[in-house]
Amino acid sequence: MKNLYLIAYLDLKESIRAKWFLVYSLVFGGLIALFFIAGVTESQVMGFSGLSRLLLMYIQITIVILPIFILITTVRSISGDRDNHILEYMLSFPISLKQYYWGKIIGRFITVYLPVFFAMVIAVLYGAIKGAAIPWSIFFLYTGLLFALSSAFLGIAFFISSFVKSSEVALGIAFFIWIFLLAFIDIALISLMMQQRFNPQLILFLAMINPMEIFRVAAISLFDPELTVMGPVAFYILDSMSQGIFVLLSVVYPFSIGLIFAFLGFKIFEKKDLV
Amino acid sequence: MIKVSQLTKKFGSHLSLDSVSCEFHKNESIALMGANGAGKTTLIRSILGYYHPDSGEVLIDGLNPIKERVKVLKNISFVPQLPPPIKLSLDELMHYVCTSADVDKELILHYANEMKLDLKSNLNKSFFKLSGGMKQKMLIAISLAKKSDIIIYDEPTANLDPQARDDFYRLLKQNEDEKVLLFVTHRLEEVKELVNRQIYMDLGKVVSDEKI
Ligand SMILES: Nc1ncnc2c1ncn2[C@@H]1O[C@H](COP(=O)(O)OP(=O)(O)OP(=O)(O)O)[C@@H](O)[C@H]1O
Ligand SMILES: [Mg+2]
Repeated sequence: MKNLYLIAYLDLKESIRAKWFLVYSLVFGGLIALFFIAGVTESQVMGFSGLSRLLLMYIQITIVILPIFILITTVRSISGDRDNHILEYMLSFPISLKQYYWGKIIGRFITVYLPVFFAMVIAVLYGAIKGAAIPWSIFFLYTGLLFALSSAFLGIAFFISSFVKSSEVALGIAFFIWIFLLAFIDIALISLMMQQRFNPQLILFLAMINPMEIFRVAAISLFDPELTVMGPVAFYILDSMSQGIFVLLSVVYPFSIGLIFAFLGFKIFEKKDLV
Repeated sequence: MIKVSQLTKKFGSHLSLDSVSCEFHKNESIALMGANGAGKTTLIRSILGYYHPDSGEVLIDGLNPIKERVKVLKNISFVPQLPPPIKLSLDELMHYVCTSADVDKELILHYANEMKLDLKSNLNKSFFKLSGGMKQKMLIAISLAKKSDIIIYDEPTANLDPQARDDFYRLLKQNEDEKVLLFVTHRLEEVKELVNRQIYMDLGKVVSDEKI
């Protein structure tokens, strides 16, 4: 246990000093600041108002950029350390591979999760000071969603990191996965739907396998289901299962994906030559 | 203490270790020599349990260094051929070493001092920002402070100035009793005083092994 903490703690310290972490925190903190400056909380658009509208905008942007941030910064963690012989030295000390690998994941998780979470906390605090009503249910849902989103992509990133040979390839794969989940699946599904050759249930199922889609739908699930901004998939999903179950699913499913990929990554890490 | 039997390691179709067998015992100081690409580093990494051999095995005090890596590595000090670009500060690196391997921090400071490495004023500096020689001094200090029965050095003197080399050999001389000291080197004359056995490798095989 002590070694697990040690690895996590040192990785956290190292990340916090790194430039990417500064950029990362600035982006999310800046986003919130921008919303306030732009007066998002005061506007009234399509039934959303105040802090809930701000949080919704925040999470919608986060769903797009958080995965790529996590992938890019993490996908090289193990493969990079292997390439430049850091592993060769660090693993010459009596630390089990399990402690090393999971310690790295925990350290990285804290690094990527805390800034996005705190940005949201700051928004709520600032909003409260300005006298806005705090939408607690949305706040808690988004805390859970960000948690699940971070773990899903962190798991995927560590998985890639465990087997790629070079950093460039790792980056390439990361970018591809991001684009694929973000847009290609949707485009493909929409075209399938328009051809009307498959039944909608199947298409719905395919859409829901994609964690990004789940997040998108979950992010607006607490709002009025009559709203037109939701789009057909979201409407369908919320129509076919209860809100409670869907919210639970939207956190548990991506989290499990993250765990499974992280675990596969560990198996590969263990089986392969270390240097 | 270290028993390598019929060890074969391939990278793709390239045979880096070709059925190597050898044993290293207590109180032996071995100079491991051979041309570039002979397989010295591969042998050392196999002893440390980094490579899954294609056939054969390594046992250290009867333990497999891959399956029992924690137990085995408790007892090994290692300095690699190239100091890695570790981003931790010296203080954090020492924290890592002391916590994971139960090393006494005072001892690291002591040996760093003996190696003429000014640790105190560099504690918050990143390891990779040190000069090449300073990095090696730091790794050497750590390897000596970690009281192990097996000390493995993969050409640790490449970046050291003559004075530092003398310091290093003097410290090793004081520390080699009751141990296995495995030393990769291209300059036998430098370590003549220190070693009592020399092994030559070529093309993944041990071509000569003699006591001196
Ligand atoms: N990870 C690897 N992947 C592919 N080939 C490798 C790998 N590591 C070593 N080799 C090959 O194995 C052979 C032995 O390499 P090794 O590093 O053991 O040589 P060495 O005796 O330490 O040489 P040097 O004196 O230059 O350090 C070389 O031909 C090298 O190209
Ligand atoms: Mg070598």
